[in-house]
Amino acid sequence: MNQKEALTEYLLRLADSDMILGQRLCELCGKAPALEEEMALMNVALDLVGQARNWYEYASDLIDDGRDADKLAYRRDAHDYRNLLLTEQPNEDYAVTMGRQFFFDVWHYFTLKSLVNASDERVAGIAAKALKEVTYHLRRSSEWVKRLGDGTEESHRRMQDAVDILWRFTGELITPDETDQLMAQAGIGPDPEQLKEDWRGLVKEVLQEATLTPQPDDAWMYMGGKHGEHTEHLGFILAEMQFLQRAYPDATTW
Amino acid sequence: MYAQLVETGAKRVKSLDEMSPEERAFQEKIDAETKIEPKNWMPEGYRKTLIRQISQHAHSEVVGMLPEGNWVTRAPTLKRKLQLMAKIQDEAGHGLYLYSAMETLGADRDEEIEKLHQGKAKYSSIFNYPTLNWADMGAVGWLVDGAAIVNQVVLQRTSYGPYSRAMIRICKEESFHQRQGYQILLDMMREGTDEQKQMVQDAINRLWWPALMMFGPHDDESPNSQQSMAWKIKRKSNDELRQMFIDQTVPQLEYLGCTAPDPDLKWNEETGHYDFGEINWQEFYDVLKGNGPCNRERINTRKKAIEEGAWVREAAVAYAKKQKQRAAAA
Repeated sequence: MNQKEALTEYLLRLADSDMILGQRLCELCGKAPALEEEMALMNVALDLVGQARNWYEYASDLIDDGRDADKLAYRRDAHDYRNLLLTEQPNEDYAVTMGRQFFFDVWHYFTLKSLVNASDERVAGIAAKALKEVTYHLRRSSEWVKRLGDGTEESHRRMQDAVDILWRFTGELITPDETDQLMAQAGIGPDPEQLKEDWRGLVKEVLQEATLTPQPDDAWMYMGGKHGEHTEHLGFILAEMQFLQRAYPDATTW
Repeated sequence: MYAQLVETGAKRVKSLDEMSPEERAFQEKIDAETKIEPKNWMPEGYRKTLIRQISQHAHSEVVGMLPEGNWVTRAPTLKRKLQLMAKIQDEAGHGLYLYSAMETLGADRDEEIEKLHQGKAKYSSIFNYPTLNWADMGAVGWLVDGAAIVNQVVLQRTSYGPYSRAMIRICKEESFHQRQGYQILLDMMREGTDEQKQMVQDAINRLWWPALMMFGPHDDESPNSQQSMAWKIKRKSNDELRQMFIDQTVPQLEYLGCTAPDPDLKWNEETGHYDFGEINWQEFYDVLKGNGPCNRERINTRKKAIEEGAWVREAAVAYAKKQKQRAAAA
């Protein structure tokens, strides 16, 4: 894999993760526990899909085979999707929604913080804009993890369950593969060891404040999203998301 | 109009002679176009009418998220998806803004929402119609937001200050949504496939009449309107607003190259307005009574969201209390 291929792969991971998590949040439209949360969820989803579009645009320029950002989002099947498994997990209750968001936001925040200084100018530019948004996402999801963890007995139980359910998908966030290594070497992606340390440090700090117990660092991890091996959920997400583009392949304008 | 049938409790508008000194001073203030503010004296009927109207308006913004939320996961391009999300987010914001305006009248947001869930409070009839194809997102923006704007532009001059200011702010965003909605339809009509053009016409066929119903019953069937007009809560009658909407919308319809599902629609040289066919009032009252296509689904979705979110809100309250105690102890 050369650097251009690695960068393309890396951009698609960022884009797909943003896209799929944004899609999950869209499913909650009209179903949030409070009107303020309706606004906040849609706001976060809007940020994520906006970021996905920026990464897709860059990826499509590198791929340069005539596919634009929409084609990348709407015409690739699950085995071509590179999102983290965490992002495709179902919304379940609000504790799972917020736990998923929190684990992702911590990863996203530290990743972007590093990408802001990327040797690739376009990456740095997109990351700089995204980091502002994700700083807000992280603050919000951290607050919710604390509220739910240290709220009532029921919310504590649910939040702990959410941590336990989602934990096995977090290994993928901080386990580097060849692409991650190449990106780090090229001065684009974050240093994998640093990212792992930062992620674990902040997650444990927030969980502790939320009176929640993390699972051990060496717990078994479910991985594969970054290579196109997904859970059974992604196929359904894409079936819904891509339906119009697939059903009306001749339509060029919407 | 997002609040199309509001009870005023008044069968007949009182003349100045029949009013108490307070009522008369109030009416004179209204007649002089002085805005009423939360701390001012107001007749109980005025207060209650406004609570009903503003809460209906707020409920409409919130329930109105659902027909669009129905397509947000299926929006066909990134651009359209982002636009739709931004729009839905605005609507939640409008809901919050309107509930705040309503609370200046002494009403409680949670209580009013509870009334909605019990079927005791209304929301706009339009949101009881299903969104069946993607073009509905364009048609809702163009026709539904378009109808809302015609009404809300006039409500910018409504006599109650907080409501009037809410309308000024909300109208700016609504106009933007309406243009975006129209653009969706225009792009599909100009550059779309035959199937897409059919979607557009189908959406218009289904939403045309329901959009006209948003202005409420005929003036002579609308006894509550007279009191609302006397209090200058309403500034124009239902039929006047409906006519304004038709007159501005038909040229846009023609520009699209689409037709209205109304064989009686035609330009009247003499009046300078479009004539149009009779609304199916039976359907209108059925929908208001809860017997529209989606009434049950809409309310059930909202009830479920609030019921299932109870533990989340309780957790937030419990956590806030603990934080306060900790701060006090520190």
